[in-house]
Amino acid sequence: MTWRDNLRIAIAGATSNKLRSMLTILGVLIGVGAVIILVAVGTGSSAQVQANIDRLGTNTLTVFSTGRFGGRSTTGTQSSFATMTVGDVQQIERQPYVQSVSPVSSTSVTAAYNGASDSSATVTGSTPSYLSASSYSLEAGSSFTSSQVTNRERVAVIGQTVVSDLFGTSNPIGRTIQLGSASFEVVGVLATKGSTGIQDQDNVVIAPYTAVQDELTGESSSFSELLIQGKSSSTLNTVESEVETILAAANNTTVANLPFSVLNEASLLSTAESTSSTFTVLLAAVAGISLLVGGIGVMNIMLVTVTERTREIGIRKAIGARKSVILAQFLYEAVFLSLIGGLAGVAIGVVGSQFRIDGVQPVIAPYSIVLALGVSIAVGVFFGFYPANRAASLRPIDALRYE
Amino acid sequence: MSPATPTAPAERTLRTATTNGRAERPIIAMRHISKIYATGEAEVHAVRDVSLTIERGDFVAIMGASGSGKSTMMNIVGCLDIPTQGWYWLDGVDVRLLDEEALAEVRSRKIGFVFQAYNLIPRTTALANVELPLAYAGVRRQERRQRAIEAIEAVGLSERMSHLPSEMSGGQQQRVAVARAIVTNPAMILADEPTGNLDTSAAEDVMRIFSRLNADGRTVVLITHEADIAAFAKRVIRLRDGQIVEDYRASAVTDLPPRLGVERTIRTVGSTG
Ligand SMILES: Nc1ncnc2c1ncn2[C@@H]1O[C@H](COP(=O)(O)OP(=O)(O)OP(=O)(O)O)[C@@H](O)[C@H]1O
Ligand SMILES: [Mg+2]
Repeated sequence: MTWRDNLRIAIAGATSNKLRSMLTILGVLIGVGAVIILVAVGTGSSAQVQANIDRLGTNTLTVFSTGRFGGRSTTGTQSSFATMTVGDVQQIERQPYVQSVSPVSSTSVTAAYNGASDSSATVTGSTPSYLSASSYSLEAGSSFTSSQVTNRERVAVIGQTVVSDLFGTSNPIGRTIQLGSASFEVVGVLATKGSTGIQDQDNVVIAPYTAVQDELTGESSSFSELLIQGKSSSTLNTVESEVETILAAANNTTVANLPFSVLNEASLLSTAESTSSTFTVLLAAVAGISLLVGGIGVMNIMLVTVTERTREIGIRKAIGARKSVILAQFLYEAVFLSLIGGLAGVAIGVVGSQFRIDGVQPVIAPYSIVLALGVSIAVGVFFGFYPANRAASLRPIDALRYE
Repeated sequence: MSPATPTAPAERTLRTATTNGRAERPIIAMRHISKIYATGEAEVHAVRDVSLTIERGDFVAIMGASGSGKSTMMNIVGCLDIPTQGWYWLDGVDVRLLDEEALAEVRSRKIGFVFQAYNLIPRTTALANVELPLAYAGVRRQERRQRAIEAIEAVGLSERMSHLPSEMSGGQQQRVAVARAIVTNPAMILADEPTGNLDTSAAEDVMRIFSRLNADGRTVVLITHEADIAAFAKRVIRLRDGQIVEDYRASAVTDLPPRLGVERTIRTVGSTG
């Protein structure tokens, strides 16, 4: 008795009652298909969250002023708001887990060049470290330098939206654009970054904060916002509390009363990430249950089959079939049913995952295919074993007498 | 209930003299066999203390009224069932010492069964049915096919090879069953009322096949109700209430079966006489 003999007998058995076998296969098919599609939906939504994380840049903290503060007076138009100083920036920069601190002075102005204009460009004044902290990369030209910041030079790096609004297809490097009433020389062009949904991250102009404060915001060496890049996302919480302590001390207040808010992107995003992975696990569990139900269907049908074929089992034993051969015959049949169901389920799952489901583009996880197929075979073996063993253990004389 | 501790009968009880004087092992040696069915409250003594020896090459008919224990005897002889008490040597092997797997092996190698109800595997062609015992015995595919075709030819059904059981008459199905029983070349054919469902001419076809098999040296043991059928055998054993009440020998073990076929018998007689 070779495996091919067993397979032939199993197929003959499974096809002897086609409707019943089809329904059994359908149970497994739905289970396997559900596992693949639902895991793909879960993976797809995780991938979306991950894409957002990548775009926003991880391991950064944003510190911004949240309100009036009476303790320390500042000059300029924003005197009523609490601000941070160059001294604060330097102190934070000395902390061991801090990679860089970029002060931010930003405003919205109309950018113009040679008659063309872009009315809503965001001008961000900062230091060169701002680019990497915000995950911007340069497509052409170069960034402005630290010495250009110190020398208050009016140079700028511009985003793709600004490029296309002002220059169309011509090369902007070395040209001078108007930001409000001031002239800035373009030294670099940023690679496209896309939209966060609320904000076009390509409609930006980034320039030394000194020049921006001089020409546009009127602040002097005080900032309402800082972008802090940590050395790793795991130490970001430490950095967060250090920053709070430093700012509280500098402003003679407590952390609880701090007029600044610290936005920890990593923790926000990791929450989003864990939510979406919980979602995936939940979907997989639901799908797993339907696969289990399919397996119980296989067992049910195999029990019926064994009962129906009791006499046949007796005949086979009388003409020399050993226990192991009968066991193999029914196990093969159970595995055959569940494997066909599994393969069809993979096909349905792969096809089903091509469609957008509730705004999520499913991403097929290869492991889910391997897992679903493996589980469907295991289901056949597991749920087929009891009926098969029951058949194999029948005494030939009892089986032959069965009516 | 387990059988009594075996105290093997003297060796000579297992050996009988053949015509040429050489001691030969009987194919079946039963001593004090009993079978008790426990059904609910009542116990049924289906076979009571039967001792029986069957020589290799014999053709035995077991007769008896319904319920006299014929099938029970046959199932014990064929290792399908286990006696409640007694000793049984099949071809010299003490069957009580064998486990399930070993019994399956014995059935596969030494015995061919034919049942009253044909018992072919449904939805399986005649050829595949006949191949099956060879598959279980581990014979390779090529050889299997060849031997199955030969067995089917031997029962005269060459043109029905690829028919399903449901496409054949009772007589044809029974001949397929006979082919299946002989395909492994077993020493012994056991048949429980093989002609019970057949009309006279189909029954005679089957009996002629059995006679030929016996003439070729195979031991045949069959159960029947009918004296006509028993007349094909060399020895007739009658059971009543689980006991042997008559053991009649019609012709010697070494003779050709009594009704091998008229012409053939004449020719044989002519050639020996
Ligand atoms: N599985 C069983 N359980 C209980 N009693 C049984 C069983 N099989 C047979 N018997 C009983 O044992 C006795 C002998 O039965 P058996 O089948 O050997 O008779 P038989 O001679 O073959 O009869 P028939 O000619 O009708 O086939 C009967 O009384 C029967 O009722
Ligand atoms: Mg009977």
